[in-house]
Amino acid sequence: MEDTVGLKINKNDNVAVVFAENAKKGVRLNVTDHKGNVSILVLLSDIPYGHKAAVASIKKGSPIIKYGETMGIATTDIEAGEHVHVHNADSQRGRGDIQD
Amino acid sequence: MEFKGYMRKNGKAGSRNYVAIIPAVSCANDVAMAIQAQTDNTRGLYHHQGCCQLPPDLDRVTESLIGLGCHPNAGAVLVVSLGCEGTDVERLVNEISKTGKPVELIEIQKLGGTSKAIEAGTNAAQNLAVSISGLQREPVDISNVIMSIKCGGSDATSGLASNCAIGYVADRIVDLGGTVIFGETTEFLGAEHILAKRARTPEAGRKIYEIVNQMETRAKSMGCDMRKGEPTPGNIAGGLSTIEEKSLGAIAKSGSRTIEGVFDYTDIVTDQKGLWIKDTPGREMEILTGMAVSGSQCMLFSTGRGSPQGFPIMPVIKICGNPLTYEHLINDMDINAGKIIKGEKSIEEVGEAAFNKMIKVLSGETTKNETIKYYSSIDIYTLGPVL
Repeated sequence: MEDTVGLKINKNDNVAVVFAENAKKGVRLNVTDHKGNVSILVLLSDIPYGHKAAVASIKKGSPIIKYGETMGIATTDIEAGEHVHVHNADSQRGRGDIQD
Repeated sequence: MEFKGYMRKNGKAGSRNYVAIIPAVSCANDVAMAIQAQTDNTRGLYHHQGCCQLPPDLDRVTESLIGLGCHPNAGAVLVVSLGCEGTDVERLVNEISKTGKPVELIEIQKLGGTSKAIEAGTNAAQNLAVSISGLQREPVDISNVIMSIKCGGSDATSGLASNCAIGYVADRIVDLGGTVIFGETTEFLGAEHILAKRARTPEAGRKIYEIVNQMETRAKSMGCDMRKGEPTPGNIAGGLSTIEEKSLGAIAKSGSRTIEGVFDYTDIVTDQKGLWIKDTPGREMEILTGMAVSGSQCMLFSTGRGSPQGFPIMPVIKICGNPLTYEHLINDMDINAGKIIKGEKSIEEVGEAAFNKMIKVLSGETTKNETIKYYSSIDIYTLGPVL
C-alpha cells in the first residue's frame, strides 16, 4: 500500500498538507518536515488530497500557520490530526461582512 | 542565449506573426469574426468593452487596445470600428501605426453596414496577411523576452510545485537580462509584506501596499466575505482554505529576485528589465489581456485543477503541479510539475524543462493551448460601472 504522506513546509507551521488519496480517519500519516525528518500523526478525520491536517492543537482564535506565515484564524478548538479547512479556519482579509 | 523571433521595425521581437483583428468596441465583434473566418493567419481580439463607460474606463479600453495592437506578435493590424463607440479610434490607429507595422481601419456605419464592412474588411485583412507572410525568424537575444506569469485553477500543489518551477524560470530570465511580469493583486492579500521587502525602492514597496489596499477595498465594498470569489470554489475543493493561504503559495511563482516596481494595467514595457508587478485581477481573461498589453511574447501559467485558457496572440505554457490532474488533462497541460509532489524530480529539474519549452515556444513550437485552439480568453479590466 502506498505511504500516506504529509508535508510540513515550515518549522513554525501547525498544519501539514496531505498528498495521499487514502488519508482516512485512524490512518497513520507520515509527516515530513522541512529537514526531511518524518514523524507519525494519527488522523482524526478523513483528509482529501491536498487538504491540511493540524500537526498541533490549535485553540479557537489562534493563528493557523502555513509557509511560516498566518493563513487564517481557527474558529473552533482544533486537535492534532484533525482536518483544517473552511469549516474551522477563517480568513482575515477581504472581509466586507465584518466592520473594521 | 537566443531564440528565433520576428524582428519588428520598432526593435521589438515577436514569437508569432499574426494579423491581429481588433474590434474597437464589442459591437464590432460579429463583423470582425466574419473577417477572421475568411482570412488565414488572423487572430481576433474579441473583448466586450468600448461603449457606455465613464471616461477613465474608456481611456483604459483605448490604451489596452493600443498595447494589443503594438504587440510584437502582431505583424499587422486591422481595426474594426462601428463608428459611434466611446473608444478613441483615431488615437488607437495612430499609436499602433507608430510601431511601423501596417494598420488598416474599417468603419461599419460609414461603409454601409455589416455585409459591406465584412467585404471591405476581408479584402483588407487578406492583403495584410499576404504582406507579412514571407517574414522569416531570426536569432534574437533572450534579453528581449518579456515573460509573463499567472496561476489559475490553483490547488494545494500550486504553491509547492508548479509555482516554484515558474519561480525558477523567472529567476533565470531576470539573470539573463530579460523582463518578467507577475500580477494578480488579489493574490497578494496576506503576502504583501513579503513582496514589499523584495522591492528595489521604498516607493515601490509602498506601491505594492497601495494596490493591495485598493483591491481589498473594492472587494469589501460589496459587504460580504470575499471567500468563493477568492479563493474560488475550485481552490477550496483543492484544499486552499483562505485567500492568505492562496497568496502565500501564489507569490512563489515570482521567484526570488528584486522587484523593480509596479506597472499600471495599461502600461506597455518599453526598456524596463528585471522583475516587475502589473496591477491586475486574478481572473484569466483580464490578466491574460493585461499581460499581452505589456508586450509579453509568452506566458507561463501554473495550475493545479487544470485551467485550459490561452490568449489570441500570446502563447501560454501550462505547468501543472498536481500529478493527478496532469495525467487526467494531459492534452491541455504542457509540463508535469506533479513530479515534484511525487518526489521524482526537483524544482530545478522541472524549472529547466519549463525554461527549455519556453525557448522552443518563443521560436515557434506550439503550446497545448494553441494546438487545441483554446485561445479566446480576452477582456479588458475596467473599474467603473457599465452605464
